[in-house]
Amino acid sequence: MTKAHDDFTLLWLQAGSCGGCTMAALERGASGWFEELRSFGIRLLWHPSLSEETGEEARAILARVERGEERLGALCIEGSILHGPEGTGLFNKLSGTGRSMLDWARALAPRADYCVAVGSCAAFGGVPAGAPDPTDASGLQYSGVDMGGALGPDYRSRKGLPVVNVSGCAPHPGWIMETLLALSLGRFTRADMDDYGRPRIFADHLAHHGCSRNEFYEFKASAEDFSERGCLMEHLGCKATQAVGDCNQRAWNGGGSCTQAGSTCIACTSPGFEATRGVHRTPKIGGIPVGLPLDMPKAWFVALAALSKSATPKRVRENARSDRIARGPTPGAEKKT
Amino acid sequence: MSRIVVGPFNRVEGDLEVTLDVEKGVVREARVSASLYRGFEQLLLGRPAADVLAIAPRICGICSVSQSLAAAAVLRAAQPIAPAHNGLIATNIAHAAENIADHLTHFYVFFMPDFARAAYAGRAWHEATEARFKAVAGAALREALPARARLLETMGLIAGKWPHSLAFRPGGVTRALALGDEMRLLALIADFRSFLERALFSAPLDAVIGLSSAQELDGFAEGPGAAGDFATFIRIARDLGLEEMGAGPGLLLSAGAYLGSQGHRFPAGLLDCATALLREPPLSRVEEDVSHAYMRDTAADPARAETLPDMRREGAYSFAKAPRLEGRAVEVGALARQAVAGHPLIRDLLARRGASNVFARIVARVLEIALLTRAMEDWTRAVAPSEPYCVADAPLVDGPFVGFVEAARGTLGHWASFRDGQIERYQIIAPTTWNFSPRDAAGNPGPLERALEGLDVGEAGATNVAVQHIVRSFDPCMVCTAH
Repeated sequence: MTKAHDDFTLLWLQAGSCGGCTMAALERGASGWFEELRSFGIRLLWHPSLSEETGEEARAILARVERGEERLGALCIEGSILHGPEGTGLFNKLSGTGRSMLDWARALAPRADYCVAVGSCAAFGGVPAGAPDPTDASGLQYSGVDMGGALGPDYRSRKGLPVVNVSGCAPHPGWIMETLLALSLGRFTRADMDDYGRPRIFADHLAHHGCSRNEFYEFKASAEDFSERGCLMEHLGCKATQAVGDCNQRAWNGGGSCTQAGSTCIACTSPGFEATRGVHRTPKIGGIPVGLPLDMPKAWFVALAALSKSATPKRVRENARSDRIARGPTPGAEKKT
Repeated sequence: MSRIVVGPFNRVEGDLEVTLDVEKGVVREARVSASLYRGFEQLLLGRPAADVLAIAPRICGICSVSQSLAAAAVLRAAQPIAPAHNGLIATNIAHAAENIADHLTHFYVFFMPDFARAAYAGRAWHEATEARFKAVAGAALREALPARARLLETMGLIAGKWPHSLAFRPGGVTRALALGDEMRLLALIADFRSFLERALFSAPLDAVIGLSSAQELDGFAEGPGAAGDFATFIRIARDLGLEEMGAGPGLLLSAGAYLGSQGHRFPAGLLDCATALLREPPLSRVEEDVSHAYMRDTAADPARAETLPDMRREGAYSFAKAPRLEGRAVEVGALARQAVAGHPLIRDLLARRGASNVFARIVARVLEIALLTRAMEDWTRAVAPSEPYCVADAPLVDGPFVGFVEAARGTLGHWASFRDGQIERYQIIAPTTWNFSPRDAAGNPGPLERALEGLDVGEAGATNVAVQHIVRSFDPCMVCTAH
């Protein structure tokens, strides 16, 4: 057992959430998430879905943290912070306390060594913040791409970090746990976060990196309808070339990813991803997708796309429009055609 | 009369508050409050219709596939297509995996830990139960959570990830399974089966599926299944009299679960517990009442209703509306599904008490874990090689449509109106909206509210563990409830 330090405490609360980030965390660990936390000396103070304490007992734990009587290593909040109606936060009360989660977040965040937004809702506002934003939802320290949110741009946790935004809808269990582990070990600094406060653990990559449809992308051999194997960018709305995440470099649920499943990347790690209308359609101007790969000059993309389309092997072209591999890569077969 | 507020009521999905009016140690009235409103119905209006496939799953991270499938069902109802046979199979496998994972999480993470509480110290079974089931620390969690994660690897193959997948379409799924994928699925299901047969049942699945009476169930718990976690629950339940707790409203509804080319694996129906009369559910007669909800007045018919909050409404105490079927509160969930499907064990458990109860709800959920694991094996073997997994969408027809599925926790309905390919109206009634509904205008309580009435809580008041058992026996999903 690796015990790096005594008792890094974790308090996990759910605001305007679907509970999906907790469900993701529960996928962690060969002996389960609880065992993994324990093996690193991370003590769960309370979690609404998981802990024994209920009602009065739970309120007592929160009160101890609020009064500073219980040291708080990480405050993890899942779900959007709802400001409505009219700034009261009453669309989301923490039951039994009479207080809004907006109020609780502001009361507890200054007590935490680190404050972690788990998921795109707590990070940026997420789906509940979509038009018409019926609950006046924000993230902990962002509203979409704008700094501010529930805690304000100047918030810093006790150890001096802004909110750590483990975005994703839901985030990969590994992103959550590796961030918590690095924080608990004192190994996580400002330099480990990108411009939106996302851990570079995953934010230094694009979801496109390592995509199993890579060959189709290279040749611009595209799927035109669902369940086809081709690249999803040209017609079906895939944003993997524009969204951060190592989604295709690590397995989701044992071996999947959104693009692997043919269901396209909707950039769920990005602030404002919920604003897209027509998620399964690639918007184009003059036949060219509006959203091009990050950092790629448009002229180059157009030129390379035209060139690669003209060079597409028959195998790749055929497979792109099939739901199963129609033609395998038989050595030498391409030369004969 | 004293009023007790219990909250945050944890180890449920989402946040729940229960208010009990207690007189001489007995609960006279209970009020159940959903304390979160996110406005999903408003978020959907005006969007291109297919966007609901990206938004609806995010209502609930626990039953996201169910929300996806209800959305796919209402889209399918609005276009003249028949889904691909293989698409239905892959959908059912994924849906069953989610529902099993929910049942398993409920049993090991939410429900059993209450028996490890100090309130039961001194019971013969307490010490062993604490070691195995204590919240967060119990030994069983070191087996059950990895088994759950392994089961959810079926999602990696079919849906890319879980929760929140975009793989489910009106015409099927977005990825075809190749031969290797089918074999991987079978291996995953076999792994999960071996966990069940070792830890949960300590007996073959068929021994559980074949139980046909309460007497046989007791025999199983004392005999072949004695070493399993299910048997531990049965023995504790008998000791604590869980069968006498938490009677439901007497009407059990299922909209039909796991659609195949030949209809539903578990059929639709409405069962009256008192008379054992089973009939087609009159789903066109679902109405929602807002008299005790923080909601503006609106049409009772979900096809014409809106969901707009009003915090100042007099008498309101929950963000949940009160759904009623022909004016009556109904209970939904695994118990309703298996009772309607006619499983003999479940019918016998209901007949003994003449009503649903805490014990029967848990047994039905655990039984369904066994039934669905077997069904996953059947479905995987029924894939038609080289046939398609997805039929392309057709243009949507304008007008009102409805889609139903059975989520783990019961009947989930999406009512939508489309115009020119856009969403004009959208209303959602989730399982826990039924089970944890507030009162209606006639003062009739929701199913949980009724189940708590008359409970003798004695001196312990809100801390009486029976309150915890009754509430959690419904496996509420509060994030879905008001959405």
